[in-house]
Amino acid sequence: MTQNKTYIHDYITIQNNEIVLNGTSVFKIDPTDFADFSKQAYRNFEIQYPKFFKMDALSKLAFLGSELLLSPITVADKENNIALILANKSSSLDTDVKYQESLSNKEDYFPSPAVFVYTLPNICLGEISIRHQLKSENSFFIFDAFNPEFMSNYSNILLNSNKADVVLCGWVEFFNDNYKAFLCTISSEENLKHKNETINTLYNK
Amino acid sequence: MEALKAELKNKIIATLNLEDIAVEDIADNDPLFGDGLGLDSIDALELIVILDKDYGIKLVDPKEGKTIFQSIETMAAYISANRTK
Repeated sequence: MTQNKTYIHDYITIQNNEIVLNGTSVFKIDPTDFADFSKQAYRNFEIQYPKFFKMDALSKLAFLGSELLLSPITVADKENNIALILANKSSSLDTDVKYQESLSNKEDYFPSPAVFVYTLPNICLGEISIRHQLKSENSFFIFDAFNPEFMSNYSNILLNSNKADVVLCGWVEFFNDNYKAFLCTISSEENLKHKNETINTLYNK
Repeated sequence: MEALKAELKNKIIATLNLEDIAVEDIADNDPLFGDGLGLDSIDALELIVILDKDYGIKLVDPKEGKTIFQSIETMAAYISANRTK
């Protein structure tokens, strides 16, 4: 397998009511909860995708991050070979707890199918794939903390084995309204913008 | 019946998180699925839960849903005829 050099192209961080794209704040509002923040972000970027409002918080977080990175590089009606590798610490626990609560009262036992479908963390990968018509490789991992070395190695393997033209990888953590998303796109195409920066330095910016 | 139709529209908007749709946007005979409101299969399951939870109707044959959930009009008619609460 040829080992081509790979490059970070664009990156995004979402936390503390702010979205930072390639180091520049592109959306920031006064402190509020994630439900309100995500709705305002959706309106701000004039996204037209009503299914967004049906998603759980983890999927909304992953969707918003991927939307700003992938929309400029995906082409409708064309196969976009973009692999997705995401990870977090709390899996889908935020939604799992909500679903468990809906099962706990035997006298009022009406669990919601719409909540149930989000009781797996990798559902957010499906949401991104549906939105951008991706039929490419995707994986979701659970780690104690963000693992940039793993992300970098996995991305390089996918790119060097021609399994993907671009990799979207990163961290999407959500539990009890505490959240952080860090996503970046990586490809073999040379990019001077982040030439000497690593996933880890961008994550910690 | 008109009050029930309005109630159903409000419940559907709230339960199915139809953020960009108002009660006035839903005509009584608009299809709920396909070209109408564009509901999907998970939404259909939520409608079954609404029937059970709010009107005491348990659908024994899921195929019935296709007829019942055609529109607000058909839903309201079915609920009026079969509700236990």
